[in-house]
Amino acid sequence: MSDSKTPLLDELEKGKWPSFVKDLKKLAQRSPKAKDLLGQLELSYKDKMTHWKHGGIVGVKGYGGGVIGRFSDAGDQFPGAAHFHTVRVNQPSGWFYTSSALRELMDIWDKYGSGILNMHGSTGDLIFLGADTDNLEPLFTDLSNADWDLGGSGSDVRTPSCCLGPSRCEFACYDTLALTYDITMTYQDLLHRPFFPYKWKFKMAGCPNDCVASIARSDFSIIGIWRDNIRMDQEAIKEYAEAGLNIAADVVNKCPKNCIEWDGKALKIDDECCSKCMHCINVMPKALRPGEDKGACILIGAKAPIVEGAQLSSVLVPFMKLEPPYDELKSLIQRIWDFWDEFGKARERIGECIQRIGLGNFLEKIGLEPVPQMVLQPRDNPYIFYEEYFEEE
Amino acid sequence: MATPQRRTDIGPPHYEKFLHPIIKNNYGKWKYHEVLKPGVLVHIAEGGDKIYTVRAGSPRLMSSDFVRLLCDLAEKYCDGYLRFTSRNNVEFLLANKDNIEPLINDLSANGIPVGGTKNTISNIVHTQGWVHCHSAATDASGLVKSVMDELCDYFTGKIELPHKLRIAVACCLNMCGAVHCSDIAILGVHRRPPKINYERLSNLCEIPSIIASCPLAAIRPTIIDGKKSVEVDEDNCMYCGNCYTVCPAMPIANPLNDGVSIWVGGKVSNARTAPMFTKLAIPFLPNNPPRWPEAVAAVKNIVEVYAKGAKKYERVGEWINRIGWPKFFDLTGIEFTKYHIDDFKYAGKTYRTTTQMV
Repeated sequence: MSDSKTPLLDELEKGKWPSFVKDLKKLAQRSPKAKDLLGQLELSYKDKMTHWKHGGIVGVKGYGGGVIGRFSDAGDQFPGAAHFHTVRVNQPSGWFYTSSALRELMDIWDKYGSGILNMHGSTGDLIFLGADTDNLEPLFTDLSNADWDLGGSGSDVRTPSCCLGPSRCEFACYDTLALTYDITMTYQDLLHRPFFPYKWKFKMAGCPNDCVASIARSDFSIIGIWRDNIRMDQEAIKEYAEAGLNIAADVVNKCPKNCIEWDGKALKIDDECCSKCMHCINVMPKALRPGEDKGACILIGAKAPIVEGAQLSSVLVPFMKLEPPYDELKSLIQRIWDFWDEFGKARERIGECIQRIGLGNFLEKIGLEPVPQMVLQPRDNPYIFYEEYFEEE
Repeated sequence: MATPQRRTDIGPPHYEKFLHPIIKNNYGKWKYHEVLKPGVLVHIAEGGDKIYTVRAGSPRLMSSDFVRLLCDLAEKYCDGYLRFTSRNNVEFLLANKDNIEPLINDLSANGIPVGGTKNTISNIVHTQGWVHCHSAATDASGLVKSVMDELCDYFTGKIELPHKLRIAVACCLNMCGAVHCSDIAILGVHRRPPKINYERLSNLCEIPSIIASCPLAAIRPTIIDGKKSVEVDEDNCMYCGNCYTVCPAMPIANPLNDGVSIWVGGKVSNARTAPMFTKLAIPFLPNNPPRWPEAVAAVKNIVEVYAKGAKKYERVGEWINRIGWPKFFDLTGIEFTKYHIDDFKYAGKTYRTTTQMV
């Protein structure tokens, strides 16, 4: 019989996909915290339940977010897991690193924590898992001296994140990295100190493919789009056809608006009817490109189910030009936050708040004119709250 | 003792520091890209410059040594430049085409698969699970490892799919991963109401906040042993766990009854069809660590039926919309039950109001 202390987890050392168990077991040889984390996880696998207690308030001085307290309910058995706090480190825009920067971060983390981390968390941060309470301040000091800062947690601006945009993608309709950096720096105070009724997530996507799931996961979604015509290179289209692409089947017939024609020689697009869905561009990136009048569609309110049900973001501004210093965008954000301060309830996301107040009323409060792009269709019930009427003389 | 020097509110380092020189020189000037093979991309700039990308799968949960291994490879083949994707893949950015194959060989010698581009199953986005979360109904890392071991050939492109397929895992209804908009989602679920620890509750929790936390107003104020407390109308509880998030004295984990549910047909991209939510496929499967064979088999079955039946460029949700839900349940052999019919807000919007059944 094996004398392994983690027989269940050991099963996960097998198989084709990289094994976190193999990796963490190696780490455990030098990190007692990692060893006890594995011990506790084995216990969870045996008991079929978590052994983490609920929360606990810890942090670094002057910050209300960025550190999430995590205490074990099996600390007697696994002292290294007794305190196992999460430290969210604000990632660089687009998740770009150099090896030297990563090495410096890993050395700091090994010095103060378990050596276990996530690349990356769901919101975008680089996440250190497993710090003792006493190590939080020195860890933060070393991080800040190496030019890193903490991300958000709790009812604050959560760490904004973006797709890699113009750095390595030809589809990007605005500079997602620059805007993310600008927004992150502009709202540092709100990112580190929770002032809001609940969390607020920004996600910047460069085009309607939305590789950062902005429309599903952010309270404020900024998704790149263009207003003019798709740029075409007829020679490159022919090359695709000659290379075997079935343009009729894979491009024309897949166009949701039936606005593409192909006669075997030239492609025609009726841009008036184009919904800018990206399909044809995705299939033939060498031949088709977004137009030149680029900007972003601003949407609001996405969230996961808790509490009132999941929501996707819905259109607030169909098109906005996005150039530094982004005054129009920031003014809109401020007006929404002012509204939220006044009308939001505790633990109610902005999307739920808008559902409760009504999109029409919300628009009035933030000073935006209603436009048909905001809805899929006008209302189909007659229960209108009329606000204008005549009084008898 | 003097406080050591520390700086606050400095924000993250500027991304420009980390950009490969070719990327910096061609920022915003990319013309098109090609997928040279699964996991290998080339981006071509207006002026003709090229940057190669090798995308590899990583476990999201890793050690500092694993990061150092990635750094070693980045230094050996791409001047130390690397990045991560929104699906927890790692990408090596190469100036030199000749380094692609040696890098892939080194990756595979270290057990790290290359793929995740175009019509593949990319890395699974997931949450913390039992590794690090108090409200988890299941583990995420072990579940993901088990699913990806089985589906690895779809990641590497060895088996091709009609279109890209995105899987996500969330270990409770908080859904810290975007499972509500994935092609296939595995969602940890609780199935019993919270158990109230009355003694802790009166010391720890705000009663109005607990009452307000329940989306079904199933929590009411009461007096227990002369102290203000709460009671749960258990028939009205749908096990969302929001009260537990607000009050640690209302734990909802229940090893006998916790497990996973399987969801299908979501997407976030606007390509062809609008973004869609995932819909329920299987209401409950048991937690069966360390390998979760029931959940793995269920996901694999859906992937295989989709791969066989979908047309080129159809995501799972688009395929199901074409063939209709009755056919989906028929082809996958998944039982349709009362649980599949919505009974939350706006449930009526999902009832079929046409004679068209497809």
